[in-house]
Amino acid sequence: MLKLSWKNLVNKPLNMALSLILFALGVGLVSLLVNLNHQVEENFDKNLAGVDLVLGAKGSPLQMILCAMYHVDNPTGNIPIEKSRAFLNPKHPLIQQAVPLSLGDSYRGYRIVGTTYDILQLYNASISEGKLWANPMEVTIGAAVADAQHLHVGDKFKSSHGLVEGIEEHEHDFTVVGILKPTGSVIDQLILTPSESIWASHEHGEDSSAVQQLAVGSPDSASMEDHDHAEHEHAKVAPSTYDSLTIRQLAEQQRLELMGKTDKEITAILIRFRSRTNIQALNMGRNINENTDLMAASPPNEIARLQTNLGLGADTLKMLAWVIVVVSGLSIFISLFSSLRDRRYELALMRVMGGSPGTLFQLIILEGLLLAVMGYVLGILFSHLGLSVLAGFMKSTYRYSFSGWKFLPEEAWLFVGAILVGFIAALIPALQARRTDISETLAGG
Amino acid sequence: MLQTKNLQYFYGGGSELSFPDIRCETGEHWLLLGQSGCGKTTLLHLLGGLLTPRQGSVIVGDTSLNSLKTSQLDKFRGKKIGIIFQAPHFVRSLRVGENLELAQQLAGLQVDRNHIAKLLGRLGLGHKINAKTDALSQGERQRAAIARALVNKPEIILADEPTSALDDKNTEEVIRLLEETATEVNATLLVVTHDGRLKERFEKRINL
Repeated sequence: MLKLSWKNLVNKPLNMALSLILFALGVGLVSLLVNLNHQVEENFDKNLAGVDLVLGAKGSPLQMILCAMYHVDNPTGNIPIEKSRAFLNPKHPLIQQAVPLSLGDSYRGYRIVGTTYDILQLYNASISEGKLWANPMEVTIGAAVADAQHLHVGDKFKSSHGLVEGIEEHEHDFTVVGILKPTGSVIDQLILTPSESIWASHEHGEDSSAVQQLAVGSPDSASMEDHDHAEHEHAKVAPSTYDSLTIRQLAEQQRLELMGKTDKEITAILIRFRSRTNIQALNMGRNINENTDLMAASPPNEIARLQTNLGLGADTLKMLAWVIVVVSGLSIFISLFSSLRDRRYELALMRVMGGSPGTLFQLIILEGLLLAVMGYVLGILFSHLGLSVLAGFMKSTYRYSFSGWKFLPEEAWLFVGAILVGFIAALIPALQARRTDISETLAGG
Repeated sequence: MLQTKNLQYFYGGGSELSFPDIRCETGEHWLLLGQSGCGKTTLLHLLGGLLTPRQGSVIVGDTSLNSLKTSQLDKFRGKKIGIIFQAPHFVRSLRVGENLELAQQLAGLQVDRNHIAKLLGRLGLGHKINAKTDALSQGERQRAAIARALVNKPEIILADEPTSALDDKNTEEVIRLLEETATEVNATLLVVTHDGRLKERFEKRINL
């Protein structure tokens, strides 16, 4: 019976193709949207990384979050360390962890982030090769950067100013000292270095000499120690063990050092509270916004708002896609119905040969379902092919890992929906077939 | 054996048609003659269980068609009654052989490709088993229709104007094959026609 349904469909290849393509288009669009939405949300959520508050320069809170957390937008500006040093203090009663970020440079579209080891704990990153950055102009790179740019430990590269590719190359060389293990979060796409590296690149006027000095240690730290020391004695040594306690201690030390550099600026601070239920902590953001020149924003809130807005667009599109599915159902209905007229005699003949009305009903329903199933498979295939193409694009543009071949439970529901549409489209023609008056049809044939 | 008793049919328009009682024994060949419009096709459909009579009964073997439910009647017809129509039609998406397979399947019988091949060979269509039905000539189509009517070795073969679209040579051949194959399976053959060419060939005739 299935074979007959199939042959009946194939016998009218154009009709079948039209219905199939429409159906596949609808299903494909729904699946594409569901997947995109899901993966974007997943990426957003994964990269929230438990950050409760982001501090930065005044501007658009969403922009700041996108910039500091997801590394897609430009910074809202910089903040002086002097005004933000309190938040970097490891002894702050409300803050468990603070990750300072200095942005401004990039390498072939990958951001160079001046920061402390705190960022490793934020994203649960660990070293895979080489060591952690310790001195200015040393970088430890995320797994995706290493992969995409074929960078190895020991390689040198020049950064460019700004966060997009191709603007004004800086003359200083960064040296890759280590590569991180892949984490699936945004840190895979970052180039990590001490904040000093960023400052060095941006300290104009005394350009090269500043860098010369910085290559050994900042002027401040150098001045605190003995001026007569040789270069290598000032150079800091990267940790040899990577247990979380060591990293934590080193990170705190780095933060304390950073706090001392009151004449410098950083771009943002990511903050994790000690307790999320503490009233003071919860009010911290508002206090900062009302009483200081800094801006504080909560990533979960901003992202939730963004998703509501994006979601609205996605919902509209999804509705449109469902409309296409329904229209394609209509096209199945019409093509089955019109084929029924051509096949009246055949259907009557099947009755003569021993088929019951139920047999004819079954036959037509099967044709509808067959179309729906094939359309579904085709649509899902299209959507995931499209997704995997898009994944490459997304990776290079938004620094996110997308997967084209991940299947969602929603797609199972989509299957149920597709079957339902196929069934309903075939129902009336099938009932019609069931009612075929054999005698009249054959006498008129 | 095919038998009718007191058969009456009502058309939608209110006109009523009564048919003489018929009794054809197993293996007999009958010709049913009548002018166009005298209810030949209606009678054939009544005999084949495609129409339900208003009154009277059709008995095939020892089964009264009236006593069967729709789907039972369909199965019964598929197995016991082979019908050949004036214009041969097929399930067009299927090939000649597949049409015969479908006839076996729909009647609830096992598909027997051997038998199908033999039967088509017997009717001179052995080489057309995998042909599209649209690609057959008129004569071939009518022979293929006979093959389909015979494939389940029916007790009764009903033929409605099987030769009206055929030339003399094909008519001769189709009738010969009909008679021969009906004899081979010992089926009762009833040919309904207004075709004068057939009169001479049948001894047993019913005039409507």
